[in-house]
This record gives sequence, C-alpha cells and structure tokens, in this order.
Amino acid sequence: MAGPIDLNEAAERELQARSSRSCRIKVCCSTACLSAGSGATRKAVEDALRARGRDRDCTVVPTGCMGPCSLGPLVRVEPREGPSELYRSVGEADAERIVAAHLDDGPAAGDLALDERLPFFTSQRRVVLANAGRIDPDRIEDYIAEGGYRALEHVLHRMSPSEVIDVVKASGLRGRGGAGFPTGSKWALLAAADSPQKFVIANGDEGDPGAYMDRTVMEDDPHRVLEGLAIAAYATGARQGYIYVRAEYPRAVERLERAIRAARRYRLLGRGILGADFTFPVEIRIGAGAFVCGEETALIASVEGRRGNPSLRPPYPTERGLFGQPSMINNVETLANLPTVILEGPESFRSVGTQTSPGTKVFALAGDLRTTGLIEVPMGITLRRIVEEIGGGVPEGRSFKAAQTGGPSGGCIPARHLDTPVDYESLRSLGSIMGSGGLIVMDDTARMPQVARFFMEFCREESCGKCVPCRVGTVQLYGLLDRICQGRGRPEDLELLSELCTVVRDTSLCGLGQSSPNPVTSTLRYFPQEYLDLVRTREVDRA
Amino acid sequence: MNGSRGRVRLATVWLGGCSGCHMSFLDLDELLFDLVPRVEVVYSPLADVKVYPEHVDIALVEGAVANEDNLRLARTLRDRTRTVVSFGDCAVTGNVTAMRNPLGDPQAILHAVYVEAVDRDPGVPDRVVPTLLPKVLPLHQVVSVDHFLPGCPPRAERIHQVLVALLDGRPLPDDRDIRFG
Amino acid sequence: MPDRRGVLELSLDGRRLNAREGQTVLQVAREHGVPIPTLCFLEGLSTWGSCRICMVEVGPQRVLRPACATPVVEDMEIRTESPRLRAHRRMILEMLFAEGNHVCAVCVANEHCELQSAAAQAGMDHVRLEYAAPQRTVDATHDRYVFDPNRCILCTRCVRVCDEVEGAHVWDIAGRGESAHLIADMNVSWGQAGSCTDCGKCVTVCPTGALFVRGTSTGEVRRAPDVVVRLTTARREHQWLPAGEGQ
Repeated sequence: MAGPIDLNEAAERELQARSSRSCRIKVCCSTACLSAGSGATRKAVEDALRARGRDRDCTVVPTGCMGPCSLGPLVRVEPREGPSELYRSVGEADAERIVAAHLDDGPAAGDLALDERLPFFTSQRRVVLANAGRIDPDRIEDYIAEGGYRALEHVLHRMSPSEVIDVVKASGLRGRGGAGFPTGSKWALLAAADSPQKFVIANGDEGDPGAYMDRTVMEDDPHRVLEGLAIAAYATGARQGYIYVRAEYPRAVERLERAIRAARRYRLLGRGILGADFTFPVEIRIGAGAFVCGEETALIASVEGRRGNPSLRPPYPTERGLFGQPSMINNVETLANLPTVILEGPESFRSVGTQTSPGTKVFALAGDLRTTGLIEVPMGITLRRIVEEIGGGVPEGRSFKAAQTGGPSGGCIPARHLDTPVDYESLRSLGSIMGSGGLIVMDDTARMPQVARFFMEFCREESCGKCVPCRVGTVQLYGLLDRICQGRGRPEDLELLSELCTVVRDTSLCGLGQSSPNPVTSTLRYFPQEYLDLVRTREVDRA
Repeated sequence: MNGSRGRVRLATVWLGGCSGCHMSFLDLDELLFDLVPRVEVVYSPLADVKVYPEHVDIALVEGAVANEDNLRLARTLRDRTRTVVSFGDCAVTGNVTAMRNPLGDPQAILHAVYVEAVDRDPGVPDRVVPTLLPKVLPLHQVVSVDHFLPGCPPRAERIHQVLVALLDGRPLPDDRDIRFG
Repeated sequence: MPDRRGVLELSLDGRRLNAREGQTVLQVAREHGVPIPTLCFLEGLSTWGSCRICMVEVGPQRVLRPACATPVVEDMEIRTESPRLRAHRRMILEMLFAEGNHVCAVCVANEHCELQSAAAQAGMDHVRLEYAAPQRTVDATHDRYVFDPNRCILCTRCVRVCDEVEGAHVWDIAGRGESAHLIADMNVSWGQAGSCTDCGKCVTVCPTGALFVRGTSTGEVRRAPDVVVRLTTARREHQWLPAGEGQ
C-alpha cells in the first residue's frame, strides 16, 4: 500500500456501504451464544434472506457479546429506517419468523423481543464494550467506522509521549486486572527506564472460574486492545508488543491474529504507523494452561518460553522484565479503555465512576440470578443495583445470600453489605477485591464452607509449587476445608484454618498465594456459624 | 492432683513403637531413684497391669496409633489422664511406624508380607492380632495431647527434664532441646 | 573524611546500624551476627526466595519481606524476631514436614540436616497439619549418588548449583503445585542423565538428606555448602590451590 490509511475516508466508505443496505441483522456469535446454538441461528437467518432474494440487501453481521448471555442466542435487527429490535433465545426455527416480521410485514415476533429499556441495559455504561455486540470483530473496517484508531492517530500526530502519560494519569485509570495500580504511574515508570529495548505486554490470561471479561474484550473488539497497546507503546517508548492469551481461548487467539494481520495491512501496526515515525510490531504468545501466568513475573517467564514461575520483586518488570529489559504488563481491559481516555479526554473519563476508581468495570455476572451475562457498569454502582436491577434478583422463592467478587482471589460479600459501592477500596475493606471482574451471586441454598472449598481446590490446582506456603498451604487448607465440610472437623480445626490462612496470606511469594485464603477468611468472617455448625454437629456433607 | 501418699500417678504406654523410648526412660538410671518417692507407676509395659486405671496424673505415651487396639487405648488413656505427653518420635510424628503410609492400603502390605513373600503357610494373620488402621497416625491426631517430647528416642536427660518440670507443675522450658531423630 | 557514598543507616531489631547500598537484609543481619533462618538461600548461588522462612518485618506497618531478597534502603526498620514471625516460621516448617516423608531417625542427614535444625530452633515440637505421606520412588540409578525425593523440599539449591556453578543444568523442576518435583535432564533417571558430570556439587549443597553419596548410612552425611562460595570466589579471584592440595 502506498501511503498511510486515511481513517476518515475508510470510515466514510464503510458507512456508505452500510447505508446502501436496507437492513442489518446482527447475530451474537460470542462463545456463550454460539454454545446456545447461534451458529445455526445465523445460518437460518441467512437462509431466510436468501429465500426472499434479500441476501444482498440485508447483511447478516456476526457480532460479539450483546450482554445477557443467559438469554442467548441473541439477534438484533437494525433496519435502515425505524427502530431496531433485540430478540432473545432465537432458535433456528425462530429465525424465519423474525425475518418475516421485519421484511414481509408478518406478525411481530413480540414473544421473543427483549426490551432494551430494561434495567439490565439502562443501568449499564458501555465503554470498553461499546462495540461488543455491535460490530463484526473480524472486520477492521467496522472498527474504523466506529471511530477506531482515531486515538492512536491523535497521539501519534498531536501529542508527545509524556503528554499521553499525563492524560492517562489525569484520567485516574487503574489496572483492571485486579490490583488497581494507577495505569499512568506504571507507564511513567516504563517511560523513565533508560533502555534501547522496552516491551509492552497485554495480559489476556484471565482464568478465574466463571469469568470471561477479557476473553470478550479480545474476541469482540480485538482492535481496541491493539490500539490501546500501541498507544501504551508510543507513550512509554516500547518498540515491541506482545499479547499473552491463554490457550483455552482459541477464538480470541484467532481473532487477534486476524486483527493484527489487518492492522499491519493498513499500517496501523508494524513500521511507520499512520505515517508517523513509529514502529510497533505485535506478536501473540499463547499460555500453556496455568492460572499463575496471569501474575506478571510468571507471565514474563512464560513469554520468554520458560516455566511460568513468579519471581521475586524487586526488580520490578519496569526495571528488568522481559528478556531482562524494562517491560510493562497491562490487562487487556485496561488497554481497551485508552482509546476512550484519549479521544474523550480525562475529565470526561473521570465523570463516570468514583473519585478514586474512575471509569467503568466489566463484570461477568454469574450464579443464582434471573439474568446473567457480561455487563459493564460505572464504578461506584452498588452491588444491590447490579444484583437486583441488572441481574433481576435471585429467582422466585429464594433469597440473596452472598456475592463473590474477584474469583478465587476474592471474597464473599453478604446481604448486609449489598449497598457497598463497587470500587477498589470499598471491596477491599470488606475483605474481598475488585479482581478482574468475576461476580458470582449465591442464593440461600449456598453453603459457604463448600464455596470456600471450591475456590481453595482451584488454588491448590493452580499453585505453581515454587514457594512453600502456597504449595503446601493450599493443599492443607483444602484438606482442612474438606474435612470440615464432610463433618469430620474438630472445633480446633477452625483455629488451625485461620492460622494457615494468615501464614499463606503473609508469606506467599506472589499474588496467587497471598490472596488464595480470601474466600476462606471472608466466609469465616461473615458466616462463622456455618463452620461452627459443621464442626460441632459433624453434619454430613450434603453437597 | 496427687494420688496415694502424695505421689503422682504416672502411666507409661506403649503403642505402635519399638519400645526404644521406654529403654531410654530406663536410661535415667540412678535418677530413677529420685523419682521413686514422687511417682507411683500405675500402668506401664514395665509393670503387670492389664487395665488402664482411672485418675492418672501423667501419661508418657510411646508409639504411633497404628491399629485398633492402639486407637482404643489412646482414647481410654485420654479420658482417664490429666496430662498426656507424646513420648518420642513415633507418638509425635508417626516416624518409622508410619513409613507404611505412603504404600497405601494396609491389606495390600499384609498380603505382600504374609502371602507373597513366604514359602510356607501363606496367609494374613486374622486372629488375636488387632486390625491395622488405614493410616498410622501421630497421637495428637487421635486425641488431644498436652506436651510433646520428640526424639528417636528422646535422650534420658530430656525425659528427666520434662518429667521433673511436670512433677513440679512448672511449664516445660522454652529452651528445651527439641530434636527429631 | 571517610567516603560515605553508598552507606546507609537502618535499624535492625532496634539497633541503629550502617549498611551498604545493594546489600540485602539477610547480608546485613549476618554481618552483625543476627541469625535469620534460611533454607533455599545459599551464599554463592542466585536468590530463589521460595522457602519463606527468612521472612522479616519491615517498616512501621511490619510488612513481611524475605530477608534474602530484600535490598536495604535508608532508614529501613527491620525486625527479625516477633511472636508473629516465630509462629509463621514454625508453620512453614510444619508444612515442609507434612509435605514429604521426613523420618529423621532413619535419615542419612540426621543431625546434619538444615530442615531438622531449623525445626529445632523454631521450637517446632510437633506438626499440627495432616501428613501427606506421598508415594515417591528413590532414584538410585547413579553410580555414585542417590536421590531420595521423600526428603526433597524443592529448595532448588541443586538446580542452581548445577546450572550456575557446574554449568550442566542436569536438575530442574517439573509439575506444579503439590505435584512439583525434581527431575534430571528431560525427566530421565539420574543414571541416564547424560549431562551429569558426576561432580557432586548438588549433593554437597542439599540441605536435607534428599541427595547423598551412595552407601551413606543413617546420620553419616557430611555437607560442605560453603564449597560454592569457595569455588565462585576462587574463579573470580583466580585463586587456585597449589598442586597436591586439591580435594
């Protein structure tokens, strides 16, 4: 290709092509809907259009996640004129009916319609997921038409690296991987590192049970991650990027590979990006099935092709990281915030969320709720609104008992703290963490020692085995919890349980071990009676 | 706390162990004479007493809990004793007695020993000898234990040090020589 | 006036001391005769920081940091002893004893074992945790040495000395979590490990009875872990023994 891409022109071209069609039918092809059969739904929609000879006039767009995953397959019909309509649970047989309703003036498929004025939708605020469910993630043109790569263009042509860092600092953006470290400060550390070779790495190694925020971001809007990564590289002086994706996410890998190829073709990655003197190649590295590789020092080891063990800090990665060079790891959701931070400015970004936790957060809402799925909410929203408004509350006849945030590294939050605002500090003060965005709701049938045992089993499986407290402590904690759950526990076991939790938390080498007791300590804190009952009555395990 | 004529009622118990700890106890030699006026040995493999008595003040328990007899006796002695001391490595850790644990099911081990490895009259003994527990356990995993005296065997001086402290009603010294093996 | 560059002042168990920039808490403590227990740390090898028994309390918040891997900074406030540290160290030792099959009475390293003496110093008189009693097979395939994984605490001293001093890298860790274990070469028996030079450095630095000279009986092991410092120093300083004085 001759010159750099003209983003305005490309966007215009795409929008024109769209306006020549009378209708766009979007079929959610994210993993959840695909597993509910949206592949067949998509084909049925295409067949229905072809049967009417309308397949050129109406486009079927396979999109990413539309949100209420438990109601899939989801289909949105967007006529050129008139309001669009969202449909739920669209099976193969329903496709014809929906197409007929819109194209043949047939009877409305009102029984399948999903009202987008429901709190599930209106209580959300989609920034990171702005394009998810709306564009075809495999088409870079779709991303560009939505304003994609404008932020990169802006920083390359109109901002110095330090100005970019100042904007990110001013935005108050914090790491979305869990710890909540200020992103701008991290960037400044890497920018200050004096080295001819620096690296930025996007962390897509999400692995909490029940969580799929990062997967969705990568699968549904891969270019947003790439754009964020390129902005990070420009600001920090890194000249090589990696995206670390777990092998269990083959679709994310495929999408990202395709996105990288497309971006290179358009010179949005690689050499001379957007006509600027900025070169930034990006490569994908695939994990080998270890949760601990989400920890940044273990991730670095894994990218280097070594065993994924965490290592001691200091030195921090920004001092000595990948291949011994200054490096920085940002979570993919963090990176996906950057185009918005740049284009809309730090003040606008700060206008959402709270003072200390600005912006939005994506959660994978799961468990005993009427509606579960992937949601993005302004920080500071109360847990109650997430549970009752967005999730529609727990099903009839049951009552809310607790919510687990932060997966195996987090803790449970009981009903009496439902009005807690969801931000980094508030969750921590309750003995849980924000984490990467897993949110599991449990009704009154949940038994908390069993919940703790479940998460401890996960940590035991995922411990790398390097440090003693995590390697042995998680095994011992699991064994104790199992004994207690089976009604074979002794009262003194609870004391030992607490002491083990303290030692593992205080002395483990990395975050995995340090946070692994959280599910135990928080359930002990809020539901001590359940443990006491088990050790006193030696009740038989019902689970 | 004291039994007849002001003497402390002492028991020494032999569970799953080699009796080496008892041998070491006898190595107190002339120090034993000093103990005589202070203790009354009410139960011991060194004395011919069949039933573990009530109201025992101190029990030194040698050996791990390896079979059902051990388990029963451990529970009985706990019920009837004020101060229980895990006496030696087998009682404290399982030690040599517990070396069968990694091998798994005791029936398979008995079979290997009494059937596969013998030429004449193969057969697992099933009468008189008590049934083995699935796993050999240290004493404190079966009943609560008040003090621990590791060593294989604990040296006589250490036994003396601990016993005298207990007889005097003093706490066990912090700087006491703890060593396994 | 003496050169004060790179010198900093800190407090160690309430004592004000001088230390040099770049030193670790452990180095400073040892220089001043303050004992901090260690297991995976061995002078002359890279720092691995996995055993976690050298944890000390740092700062007014009393944050726990591994002494072996924590560089000293100006005005650092370090405590090497407290009820909490004692309890934590003891628990970590209990974890190690519960994890493997440590039977001191029949161990080649009895009375010459760093794990055993660390437990004694920590006042660990029994293990409250359940013993895992794992089934592990002894590797006696090497002509000179034996590896008994029942006694291995995964400190990786052998891995590091073989890689960093001998340059052979026979040993490494395979498996994760409770399945983590030491392997030779690409998971072959030690006798089959073609990269092994039979030098015995791993045997010399092993803190327990996991690696030992074939034919050693109970309590007969003798260690010389300082051989690492002697070797690395000699190499650096080109100090070679006169002929005939080598071992």
